[in-house]
This record gives sequence, structure tokens and C-alpha cells, in this order.
Amino acid sequence: MEIVKLNVNLAKPEKVPSRDGYGYGLIDAGKLDKNVVALGADITASVRVDWFQKEFPDRFYSIGIAEQNQIGVAAGMSLMGKVPFVTNYGVFLAGRDWDQIRTTVCYSNLNVKLGGAHGGISVGADGATHQALEEIAIMRCLPNMKVVVPADAVEARKATLAIASIYGPAYIRFGREKVPVITDDSTSFELGKAYCCRDGSDVALVACGAMVYEALVAAEKLAAEGISAMVINNHTIKPIDKDTLIEAAYKTGCMVTAEEHQLMGGMGSAVLEVLAQNCPIPVKMVGIEDRFGESGDPDQLMHVFGLTSDHIVAAAKEALACKNT
Amino acid sequence: MFRYLDEVQMTAKNLELRGKILTMLCEAGSGHSGGSLSSIDILAVLYSNVMDHDPSNPKDPNRDRFVLSKGHVCPALYAVLADCGYFDESHLMTLRKYGSILQGHPYMHKTPGLDTSSGSLGQGLSITVGMAIAAKADQGSQRFYCLMGDGEQQEGQIWEAAMAGAHYHLDNLCGIVDQNRLQIDGNVEDIMNIEPLVDKWKAFGWNVISVDGHDVTAIEDAFKQAAAFKGKPSVLIAKTIKGKGVSFMENKCQWHGTTPNKDQLETAKSELEC
Repeated sequence: MEIVKLNVNLAKPEKVPSRDGYGYGLIDAGKLDKNVVALGADITASVRVDWFQKEFPDRFYSIGIAEQNQIGVAAGMSLMGKVPFVTNYGVFLAGRDWDQIRTTVCYSNLNVKLGGAHGGISVGADGATHQALEEIAIMRCLPNMKVVVPADAVEARKATLAIASIYGPAYIRFGREKVPVITDDSTSFELGKAYCCRDGSDVALVACGAMVYEALVAAEKLAAEGISAMVINNHTIKPIDKDTLIEAAYKTGCMVTAEEHQLMGGMGSAVLEVLAQNCPIPVKMVGIEDRFGESGDPDQLMHVFGLTSDHIVAAAKEALACKNT
Repeated sequence: MFRYLDEVQMTAKNLELRGKILTMLCEAGSGHSGGSLSSIDILAVLYSNVMDHDPSNPKDPNRDRFVLSKGHVCPALYAVLADCGYFDESHLMTLRKYGSILQGHPYMHKTPGLDTSSGSLGQGLSITVGMAIAAKADQGSQRFYCLMGDGEQQEGQIWEAAMAGAHYHLDNLCGIVDQNRLQIDGNVEDIMNIEPLVDKWKAFGWNVISVDGHDVTAIEDAFKQAAAFKGKPSVLIAKTIKGKGVSFMENKCQWHGTTPNKDQLETAKSELEC
């Protein structure tokens, strides 16, 4: 198992929204490949596509508030050799366009890239309608689709470039709010390859998105109580890195999954699908428990909905108790 | 274009294609007879006398493209593609069977000559718009065609795509509405009225051409008018008859999604003189 040393001050991390990383990554991809084009759905500044538009004005296409058409147009462009990036709030992109993504994009394995903004409860004040909490589940079940949830803005930039560089449909999730930056330019990123960012032997904390930072903080807290926690950044939900997960399971014997998503069908479910069939161990899941979000301050919502390092610590202790009985 | 059929040849060809469509549907035991027969004249004219394509080079990047948005009438398209030589005619008898290159609805990775997959209604025009935008960006000279149903006009995405087609001045795109006035549950006007259809397309900024969808010369002329029109996308509103050419199928919505049995096939073939 690859162990990646992160150089981060957990007590006082720099904070950047992961949507910024997507915005920069899209420009990177545009510079590398002239066929990369971006489609806008009116909310271009909010999802950072306006940065690409400024850099490549003749490779940006405004489609208006017409999400279904946007996917079809992207599909047509891909059939002509373009690499279209469709960016929208994840709830609408994955939810409203699911049939278009399934039947037009994935069935024909078209080279359409989907940027899902406003992932998770941390969207905050906009409330439940704009908080994407189900999109990982409904994207990862589609054949040919790849799904990636980067941990921070730096990783989001690398992941955006990575999905541009491979053929086929891919969905990347990023968030609205500033979140801790835990990786840097030197941190390795390989699509489909989870990595261990803190070694440990008692319990494995497997997280994605901003929950990786929470898992690192939880591991510190557990260490103070004499519990050795491994932390895995499971950024690629599909194709999932079975080998790393199985190795972590054998090494620690119990696990916690943590994500800003419904427990049903998300990253944790994907992990359970691997473990249950290969090395069943006690697993506790941290995530949204079958309910819609609501308006509020992002930090407050993360606490109310059970998505903090303290919740991961509690889940780790439960998993350990199961392992030891 | 790879061939040109005059009016006499085209008329004879289309009787033959109608017979093939019904024979393959009879063999398949399921599928869509009525709409296949209402759209076959349009498809045959497109693939013979209008589109620039080469069956010996199906992936030619400079070819014109066709999107069958009403994917359920693929038996008509399959019959035309086979007739053009994209694949051997023997495949027609494998329609809808396991392992066939001819899926129940079009799948581009199995059938040579298909430019897209389709089957979920309302999506084809958006795909065609995307193709046409990309071609304009690359100064391509290809033209792009999309066949829709009239019942399909009830889909909201069609009108999102219509807006985009006009917004981007896609005069390299030509839509066709196969207006046979029937959908699976009954008359289009009773299920959900789409009229005034010509006015709707005009209001959305399209060049609208009304045409008899079974008059092969008129269809060809309409496509020529569309190609000559600059600054806007064109749409042909083609008046057609569901089940056209077979007396007991014509104008009957019961033949939307049903197939002839062997006796009915023989009766139909004798009517079609093929």
C-alpha cells in the first residue's frame, strides 16, 4: 500500500474551495487539448467555468438554463471529436439529466465530462434543493461512468486534468465552501488509486472529499487516546481501488467510511461491496442518514448532520468494539 | 452522395424496403410497424439522394450525419442501411434477437452506419445541435439531419434544443418531423395537442418547410431548400400516414408497436407488389 506523507497543519490549514481547483484544472485541460470545450448553464461564475471562458472564449458554449439539452449537445460534440465539460450543480446535473447521461452518454460510452458543483451538505444557506447528497450513488451505478471526489482544491485540479486525459464519461464532484487544503503539487494523484495518508493498525478511516481532512483530525484525536488509525483518501469511487481497501482491511481489522453523501449508495456503500465479498470486517459509516439537508451555516450543518471528526472518532470506537468482541 | 435514384427507381425501391421492414418485423415478433412505414420514404430519399456518405467508409469524419431521435422506427433505418451496403441484408432477419447487430433500438457500437444510439425520446435533436455546433467551430462542411416523431414533440427537451439551434444559427442542421398524427395511445391531438406545430417552430426561429412525407420528389426538393437556406436551422414538417402502403395498417394507432403475423405479412406484400 502506498503511503503518502501529507504536509499539512491540521490545526490551522489553508482553506480553498474545491470548485477553484476544478476551474484551474479545466484551464489546464484546455491548454493541453484544443478539443476540450466547456458548456455553461447560466451559473458559470458559481461553478468556475467563467475562468475557462475568459481563457478560451471561442471554446465556451452558453446553453442557458436547459440542463437536459446541455447533455445532448455535449454528446453531439463528443461524437465530432470534442471533449466537452458540462458543469452544473450536482443535484441538477446528475439528477435532472440522469436519463440523458445514462442512455445518450454512458450507453454509447461518449467522451463527455461532468463537473458536479455544490456537492454535500456544506453548500449551506441555499438549503436542501441545492445540496447534492445522492449524486455519487446515481452516477456510479452507470456502466462506463467513472466517479471521482477529490479531497481538496489541489486534488480537484489534478483530478479534472486526469478525467480530461482518459476516454469516456466521468463525473467529478466538488464543493462550494472553503475547505482545508491537505495535499500539494507534489502529492501523487492517480485516478482509481486510493492512497494511505496516515498509517495505523487498529482501525482504517476511509474518506473522500473534505471528509479526508476530518478523518486526519479524527486520527490525531484517536492517537491521543492510544488508538492507531490509518487514513485512506479514497478519491476515486469508481473504479474503486479494491486492492488498497482489502489491504487496509486485513491490516486493521475494522473500518470507518466517511462522506458528505447519503449512506445509501455512496462511497461507503462502494467500500462495503468490496469488503463484504472479499474480507468481511466490522465497518461503521459516517454520512447523511436518509434525510434531506436544510439551510444553515456550513460548519453548523456538518455538526448537525454528523459529519465532523468527532463523529468519525465515535464511529471508530464502535468499529473497534465490534472487532474486539 | 454514393448513389442517386430517380423518382421511378425511388418509388420501386421504397415498395421493396416496405416489404423488407414488414418481413423483419414479422420475424422479430415485436417492434414498431406503423412509424417505420410512415418514415421510410424520408429515410430512403435522405440516404440515396441527399446525404453525403460512403457505406465503404462508415467512419469518414467528413460524412453527413443522421440522428434517429424516434429510435423505435429503427427497422426502417436498418432496411435502408442494409440496402446502402453498410451490412449484409441477412442481418435484417436477426432484428431484436440475442447477439444481433440490430438491437431493438439503435445502438451505434453494434450497427455499421449508425451515427448515434437512441431510444429515449426527445434527445436526438440536442445531439444533432451539438454535432452541428462542433462542425461549425471546425469549419466543417457536413450537414446534420434529425428525424423526430410528432408525438415526440411533446418532450420538453426538443424545445430546449430548438432554442439552441436557432441561437447558434445552425443552418447546417435540418430536422424532420414525421407527422403521422398518431402515437401509441391514440391521436396526438387527443393525447397532448402539439398544434400549431408550424407556428411553434417558426416562433422558435427555424426555417419551416411543409412537405408531403410520401412524395419522394417533394421530399428531395424540401431538403434542397433547407440546404440553401442560410442563417437559421430548417425543419421539415412532413405529413405522413402511419402504416403507409398497407391498407389494414394505415392510420391505425394499434399498429404503432405491433408486428404482422405470417398471413398479414403475405397480405401486405401482395398489396406492396413485392
